[in-house]
Amino acid sequence: MRAVITGQGVSKSYRLGSQATAYNVLRERLAEAVRTGFRPRNTQADASLFWALRDVSFSVGEAEVVGLVGKNGAGKSTLLRILSRISQPTRGRIDLYGKVASLLEVGIGFHPELSGRENIYLNGAILGMSKREIRRKFDEIVAFAEIERFLDTPVKRYSSGMYVRLAFAVAAHLEPDILIVDEVLAVGDSAFQQKCLGKMRSIRDEGRSVIVVSHNMSTISSLCQRAIWLQEGMVKATGPTQEVVRAYLAEGVQNDLNWTPRHAVTSPFEYHSISIIRGDTGIPSEAIPADAPIDVVFDFTIHDAFPARRIELRLMNDAGDILLTTTSADSSGHTRHEWQRGRQEFRCRIPANLLTPGRYFVSVTEPYGDYDILRDNVLTFTVTEENSLAARDERQGKISPILEWTLTPAATTTNG
Amino acid sequence: MHTVIEARRGFARFELRELWQSRELLGFMTWRDVSVRYKQTVIGVLWAFIRPFLTMVVFTVVFGHLARLPSERVPYAVLVFAALLPWQFFATAFSDAAGSIVGNGHMITKIYFPRLILPLASIGVGIVDFAVSFLFLLLIMAGYRTAPSLRIVFLPLFILLCGTFTLGLSLWFAALYVKYRDVRHFIPFLTQLGLYVSPVAFSSTIVPSRWRLLYSLNPMVAVIDGFRWSILGTTSLYVPGLVASIAISFLLLGGGLLYFKQTERVFADVI
Repeated sequence: MRAVITGQGVSKSYRLGSQATAYNVLRERLAEAVRTGFRPRNTQADASLFWALRDVSFSVGEAEVVGLVGKNGAGKSTLLRILSRISQPTRGRIDLYGKVASLLEVGIGFHPELSGRENIYLNGAILGMSKREIRRKFDEIVAFAEIERFLDTPVKRYSSGMYVRLAFAVAAHLEPDILIVDEVLAVGDSAFQQKCLGKMRSIRDEGRSVIVVSHNMSTISSLCQRAIWLQEGMVKATGPTQEVVRAYLAEGVQNDLNWTPRHAVTSPFEYHSISIIRGDTGIPSEAIPADAPIDVVFDFTIHDAFPARRIELRLMNDAGDILLTTTSADSSGHTRHEWQRGRQEFRCRIPANLLTPGRYFVSVTEPYGDYDILRDNVLTFTVTEENSLAARDERQGKISPILEWTLTPAATTTNG
Repeated sequence: MHTVIEARRGFARFELRELWQSRELLGFMTWRDVSVRYKQTVIGVLWAFIRPFLTMVVFTVVFGHLARLPSERVPYAVLVFAALLPWQFFATAFSDAAGSIVGNGHMITKIYFPRLILPLASIGVGIVDFAVSFLFLLLIMAGYRTAPSLRIVFLPLFILLCGTFTLGLSLWFAALYVKYRDVRHFIPFLTQLGLYVSPVAFSSTIVPSRWRLLYSLNPMVAVIDGFRWSILGTTSLYVPGLVASIAISFLLLGGGLLYFKQTERVFADVI
């Protein structure tokens, strides 16, 4: 396979302090210049240097989709910015063969006062399309975004969903040889996310190469052939996606039995915590035997009238497969349910003997405004081999529920 | 297509080809700024005319009628308006262009495109406003029954000089602004003070001749004189001043381009 991107020893340093204040004030620079006697600063020995990337080497082949995983601050965004030519590496070299398009954010350059039509042209031009190219794809873009009726409305009157759809639609109609995508799929409702994923797959199938960053391991698993795991600015592992994702999940996420939202959102719906409890004993536990039920407890308050909705829970194994999705409305038989005001608790029981031994990750949704915020991998727990039929027999399969086997003796027809 | 990304040291290269390929983007950015400027305004593009018009009225009353400064045999209003054309262009385009990198910081950190596009688009907006107010100058001259001089064929050269100076100064300040936010306070100061230092409200002939060369170190002096000379046919051209203005403008532009290209590598890191 021909490599379309090769990176050799890519490093990037930032000066601490100037990063934090974001800009200098002339007076300080002058004072410093006087103090240091206008000597150029020695970058090698400077303790205030922060290396966001250290000696990163990698390659991406033709028609290959490579996922970039790692915690916040691991250097993923820095690497994407260098690949997109937004900032320069301090050391090292990257060779790109082909036309590059990067999508670190959708809707760059969108102006709220301009209409959807005008913004398509503007954004297309910013993304590197020619006027003729945009005109040719215009109808397709509008259809993809589903905004026909609002084409001449200023985008400031768009709902956030429409805005994102339009922005992604323009980007989706780029025809680069290499596409660089940051976490842009984290926006929009899940139907639209599926549409975006489908678009990314077809880009791959057309023989283009993609580098994608996502915190969503199932996205990475389903989209990428290979993954690169960055940790503290260095390549920790690279290889087939399944292996890298498994290793990353095993180490990357802390054992959290209790999740509290970091930022209190001002919403009538407020989570206090979500926690994992061993169902039969009622004790919070990180390691739960296979034959014990597992309860996920949602502690929340409804402050105000809140439209009928539901909470979703996704369970993922350490290979990044989503095993199941369940919602708080399932047992009611409806797609949503009403809320009572006040503080309350939802308890979702994962039955005993369902899961095979291994590490599991829980994602939940948080109802907010008109849509749900997906809180990815907020909790993790382990199912131990204790009392596990799957472990005892080394059974195949991703789940191991105990199913009902019914034995019926062969019917003997006796005619009186 | 093969792109190499690596740490560049030493002098930056001018990717003229790349800039040329981005000409459509320049067009779109200019058009965006022009159309956004007059969205949700009642009188729209008339604003391009009203600001210089009201300034003209005030200057004519204060300097022409109260202070009774010489008017070079043309109506004082016309004398002022002919100077306000290049001055307004400079003041608007310079403040917009100098703030263009920081103002579009969000784009700078999210996508690559030739950064020169941003200040150039601001200059483009200035040109559109200039064209509108130029039409009004002709109307005002018609109102005062003043015919344009035949020397008007030389006007494009002075427009070019004005553009060169404006772009040169803008590039310096646009790049400095990214690092030093002091620039924000300096820009309005410079355009306000410059209005009184430059011969906008009065004719440069009232400057004593021994100070003339020193006075002409401000490149806008030659630009404004050139406008009056070519449109109104007044004011004999002061050649040493013109030469100084051309030299300073092109030096500024050359240095500005170098400095801008040199610092644009770190725009996304420090913005």
